[in-house]
Amino acid sequence: MKDGGGQSIIRFEEVSKAFGPKVVLRGMSLEVKRGETLAIMGPSGIGKSVTLRHAVGLVQPDSGRVIVDDHDLSTISREDLRELRKRMGYLFQEGALINWLSVGENVALPLRENTDLADEVIREKVEEKLALVQLRGTYDLMPPELSGGMRKRVGLARALVTDPEIVFYDEPNTGLDPEISMSINHLIRDLAERLQITSIVVTHLVSCILVVADRVVLVDQGRVFAEGTPDEFIRSQDERVVRFLAKPYD
Amino acid sequence: MAFLEILNGAFVAAGYRVDLLVQVVGKLGHLPRRRGLVADQFYVGGIKVLHVVLLVGFSIGMVVSLQTGLELSRIGQQDQIGTLVALSMAREMGPFITSTILAAAVGSALAAELGTMAVSEELAALEVLSIDRVSYLVLPRVVALAILCPMLTILCDTVGIIGGGFVARSQLGVGLALYYDTVIDSLQTPSKLFSLPKDVYAGLFKSFVFGIVIAIISCSAGILARGGALGVGNATRSAVRDSIILVIILNYFMTWYFYQQ
Ligand SMILES: Nc1ncnc2c1ncn2[C@@H]1O[C@H](COP(=O)(O)OP(=O)(O)OP(=O)(O)O)[C@@H](O)[C@H]1O
Ligand SMILES: [Mg+2]
Repeated sequence: MKDGGGQSIIRFEEVSKAFGPKVVLRGMSLEVKRGETLAIMGPSGIGKSVTLRHAVGLVQPDSGRVIVDDHDLSTISREDLRELRKRMGYLFQEGALINWLSVGENVALPLRENTDLADEVIREKVEEKLALVQLRGTYDLMPPELSGGMRKRVGLARALVTDPEIVFYDEPNTGLDPEISMSINHLIRDLAERLQITSIVVTHLVSCILVVADRVVLVDQGRVFAEGTPDEFIRSQDERVVRFLAKPYD
Repeated sequence: MAFLEILNGAFVAAGYRVDLLVQVVGKLGHLPRRRGLVADQFYVGGIKVLHVVLLVGFSIGMVVSLQTGLELSRIGQQDQIGTLVALSMAREMGPFITSTILAAAVGSALAAELGTMAVSEELAALEVLSIDRVSYLVLPRVVALAILCPMLTILCDTVGIIGGGFVARSQLGVGLALYYDTVIDSLQTPSKLFSLPKDVYAGLFKSFVFGIVIAIISCSAGILARGGALGVGNATRSAVRDSIILVIILNYFMTWYFYQQ
């Protein structure tokens, strides 16, 4: 397990969360160090997306704390949260593209709204990110014309267009063919190494964690039940881990 | 208990709408940057309802003319029909008809659009991208409807008066020249600056308020939508219902305010 060195930039302290009667997180604790990529694995519907939503302050915990870059997200001011979020990228599970904006306008949106960059500069950056996710020439397509996998990659381009320091990926591989899926994995790895991006990747693919993750946590029953490097995981003799990794998902 | 929950829900919703309105007012300064979005909303909304407003306005004018005209002719006052049609269109019919049509056609579309954004995480995406949804989504829609509603009301008033004129001539035997003289007469107060009477201003002011009410209620219903397509359907239904109810209630109070002695 890669431990010493870097300071922690994201920390969940005993986070619990219920929606009405449905308890989703029960004392979830985890930590991500600066520059590290943490993968979260777990069965469907267990609260992985909810965990990521906590990390960007979209959801507030019922109890416990979420600390990002020394800010407690339940007490942070609106203004600080805005500034913090400008340094973050978030890939939503379904892409969450704005339906009436074209692919290019979607990717350009955060730059248009939050920077004073000239139109040509924005256009250039957008084309560059679209190329990065292998979607050259899709600038003028509308979201309803895209496949699920394409939507996902546009979402990824939008999450990366501001060159964020912290990126959250909610299942970056779903809906992608194995080849593109692999290239997205390498893209995530490459960004982490080249730009020292800190990230959390939610995934259920062993092939993904082997490429991208420095560390993996397994989640069940609303909390982390196993933690280690990808290598430790695939060699693990722990019955629960073995059972978990052998389970076919989706 | 269920009743208390419903009551509580109603207060929460009301509070949210007021809060949204206050936020929109606070962000009026963003308007220059949002003018493109305002224009989009204005055209999309206008095109959606223009033909309905024209058709319904014309028919209502005919109905008013016929109903009151028959009574007037019984006491030999049918020459005054132009005055009555013009005033009832400008005071009540125009603003009310136009806003009901706007609520049904444009308000429902707004609620469905924002509701779909809410349930498909698009609103969450905007939030994570640090894009202010009030400035980006709500403000342009409120401003567009606040302009659109009075403009459509003027159209509605006009076609209503024309419709009334047809009926006046064919059913009541009042000549068009006389009809239009009485209309113009009743809509003018020569002493005033713009020589339009209070009735026209009051009607347009009502429309302006109704446009804002419809936009705020529809946007907040959409934003608060939860739970997939079903939630979007509920948001749309409650947006139309609540806008029309509030339009009717506010209409009474504004009428009372403008015409109290
Ligand atoms: N806003 C909400 N209101 C009510 N329930 C919610 C809400 N958000 C999530 N849930 C519930 O929380 C549980 C966990 O959801 P979540 O989306 O985090 O699962 P997940 O682990 O990401 O699953 P998947 O692998 O299928 O994406 C689900 O049962 C879901 O119904
Ligand atoms: Mg999920």
